[in-house]
Amino acid sequence: MGENGFWLPEASTTLAGEVDALFWFVFWVSTVIFAAVVLAKLYFVVKYRRRSEKDVTTPVHESKALEAIWIVVPTILVLIVFTWGFDLFVQLNSAPPDSYQITVRGKQWTWEYEYAEGVLTAGDLYVPVGRPVKLNMSSADVLHSFFVPEFRIKQDVLPNRYTSVWFKAENVGEHTIYCTEYCGTAHSGMLGKVVVVSEEDFAAWIQEQNQDLPPTELGQQVYKTQCAVCHAIDGSRKIGPPLNVFYGTERVFSDGSSTTADDSYIRNSILNPSSQVVEGYAPAMPPFSALSAQQVDGLVAYIKSLE
Amino acid sequence: MSQVNYLNHDKSIKSWLFTLDHKRIGIMYLVAVSLSFLAGGILALLVRTELLGPGETIMSADTYNQSFTLHAVLMIFAFIIPAIPAVMGNFVLPIQLGAKDVAFPRINLASFYIYLAGAAIALTALVVGRVDGGWTFYTPYSTSVDDGILFITAGVFVMGFSSILTGLNFIVTIHKMRAPGLTWNRLPLFIWSIYATSIVQVLATPVIGITMVLLFLERLLGIGIFDPALGGDPVLFQHFFWFYSHPAVYIMILPAFGIISDLMGTFSRQQVSGYKFVALSSVAIAFLGFLVWGHHMFVSGQSALSSIIFSLITYLIGIPTGVKVINWVQTMYKGSVWLQTPMLYALMFLFTFSIGGFTGIMLGVLAVDVHLHDTYFVVAHFHYVMMGGNVIAALGGLHYWWPKMTGKMFNETLGRIAAALVFIGFNVTFFPQFILGTRGMPRRYYDYLPEFTNLHVLSSVGSYILGVGLFLILGYLLHSLFRGKKAGSNPWGALTLEWTHTTTPPDPHNFHETPIVTRGPYDYHLAPELFGGDGAAGDGHEEEAEVTVPRGQATS
Repeated sequence: MGENGFWLPEASTTLAGEVDALFWFVFWVSTVIFAAVVLAKLYFVVKYRRRSEKDVTTPVHESKALEAIWIVVPTILVLIVFTWGFDLFVQLNSAPPDSYQITVRGKQWTWEYEYAEGVLTAGDLYVPVGRPVKLNMSSADVLHSFFVPEFRIKQDVLPNRYTSVWFKAENVGEHTIYCTEYCGTAHSGMLGKVVVVSEEDFAAWIQEQNQDLPPTELGQQVYKTQCAVCHAIDGSRKIGPPLNVFYGTERVFSDGSSTTADDSYIRNSILNPSSQVVEGYAPAMPPFSALSAQQVDGLVAYIKSLE
Repeated sequence: MSQVNYLNHDKSIKSWLFTLDHKRIGIMYLVAVSLSFLAGGILALLVRTELLGPGETIMSADTYNQSFTLHAVLMIFAFIIPAIPAVMGNFVLPIQLGAKDVAFPRINLASFYIYLAGAAIALTALVVGRVDGGWTFYTPYSTSVDDGILFITAGVFVMGFSSILTGLNFIVTIHKMRAPGLTWNRLPLFIWSIYATSIVQVLATPVIGITMVLLFLERLLGIGIFDPALGGDPVLFQHFFWFYSHPAVYIMILPAFGIISDLMGTFSRQQVSGYKFVALSSVAIAFLGFLVWGHHMFVSGQSALSSIIFSLITYLIGIPTGVKVINWVQTMYKGSVWLQTPMLYALMFLFTFSIGGFTGIMLGVLAVDVHLHDTYFVVAHFHYVMMGGNVIAALGGLHYWWPKMTGKMFNETLGRIAAALVFIGFNVTFFPQFILGTRGMPRRYYDYLPEFTNLHVLSSVGSYILGVGLFLILGYLLHSLFRGKKAGSNPWGALTLEWTHTTTPPDPHNFHETPIVTRGPYDYHLAPELFGGDGAAGDGHEEEAEVTVPRGQATS
């Protein structure tokens, strides 16, 4: 029967395995019925093909019993499938009360995470293995959707209310997070990873996040999680201009004005990007007003340090 | 060519632009929706080309996002929704009813110009701004980008009126203008399906109109309806949108059911199995179609209870649809199956539409949908339903009625080659997308992870094969207009009135005298005079002597 791998990615939670069992049930029942219909069709085409233009046919007396079978059997099958899917859906929507809770914010085009321990990160989501984790999610701007294929979970993220998903990762490992609700220019770049680590590693990671980093390193961390989707540091053009080439040079903006790129310019570009859009680029960047003053200072220091 | 017909009785441009003849209006629609299909198709090929590799291939992210949005808007609102009802419904429906025209010919012409105006307004968006957000226009993204959305929504709003007027016209025509003897039980199934479609058009389209007006007011006057920044609710927009757009799926697929029924009956020379079931289930599906919109929103944040109810009702629609497929297959039983090009499309439909149907069942399963929602699985599913259902059936119908519309036969060999190319190209394009989807590839992605590359390349190659097939059809159909063999009045040996009681092409007034119907649309055993004859029986015209007989039809 169904081997995961060709059709489905690895199933990394218990519930994911149960969803797969249902998937394979529907898959195989459908395949068998479909094959039967296609074979009947081909058989009729060959057997009853027109032999002469004068072929005369007689009407077929329709069998009520046959008609009833066509209705009753599929009805039973879909009721099984419905009930099964309903039961799993309820489980997918019922986080255990002892879940470890993390606040998630979707924003164009990254994911931010806030841990109960006061840690604020973005991009990759660190979670402990074997413990149910519940994500309380909202959006800072438009609709997003939080999707982890290997967990078989997906939930839209809305700007005006909280939604949630939960999962219990079985093994240590990394799983891709996708945004699956179209959210604009860099929608396909709004990726992240769920990094599942052991309880000890998780505790150590939390500890590490709480230490004060030097500004340039803090800036680098913020850059990687928040800016790298749109800005390169190797001089190449992405959705936004590269960050390593302009410091100290003259910047020309789409309204024709210009300024010398200094610390204030970088700060303004982060907090109020639409006021100074570099010539040749779309005004795609949202303001990053949720960054702390420390993080902004760190970014400025990091960008200055780039060659 | 001495015979007077609707094409040659007045050849001036003015006589076309101001015509009240349902047949000419049908032809004008055919040209207009074909151009929309061409434009939408070229955009699809550009999108598939961009997806040949991860990262930038031929266009930027913004251009890509606008391309798939415009592809969908054109294909859905300017092509699929009007295609079968406005082209074949207009041309065929009054003749199948034994009527001289639709009930309101002036409204019919008006609906054509309203459609053109709507399409023009929608395309203005390209000039003034961006067309972004996908065809679903989910707020708040769609209203946050720029003013392009205003023109698109205005265009959709205006095209909606065309759809409503056409539906209204058909409902009245079917009720009031049937020929003597043409009882409801003797209506061709094409009429039944157009009837069901028209009900949906009249009842559902106002909802998208209202939604578009609300979107307009929000963007223009800042009234908070859908935008949370103004106190609105984006999920409300999704409810409104799908309240129209799910029934709209039936506006797209029910007419296809009608064509397939007629083709299966005609080319099997057999009564369509379960006639009453097929006829009435179309109407039942039309009504139930209003109660399942929430199955597009299982993970949107709507309540779990709503999702469960929507899932259950979805299955109620799935079952009659599945039974119809079995009925069409059964129609061939003890029939005389003639594998001409239109029938090839009908058989193709049974294959592709069934895959669309089964994958729809899979998406209706709540827990499985959580994984598959908004992935390529959904993209593949709706292309199997929309293209594998509607477009394949429309191609079948176009080939079937082409001789009647133009008076010319197309090249049968090229027709079969093109049908094979379309079949292969379609499946190679869209089947890999099911696998992309189950593996987790989200839709509307400009860029993708390297592990998805092979399937994307395969899909793009398929789209080129499909493109070649479709261009071949365009080529030989146009060629047949000038060089095609002259068509007889009933080249397929069909029993409905457009074949048995009109010349080819039809007279400007369809019939010289009102036909009297004495048998059902597929009662082939009551009409042995049709087989092997010149197909001109009961025509009522004097010019029949020069009607040529197509290949395989010996004169008795």
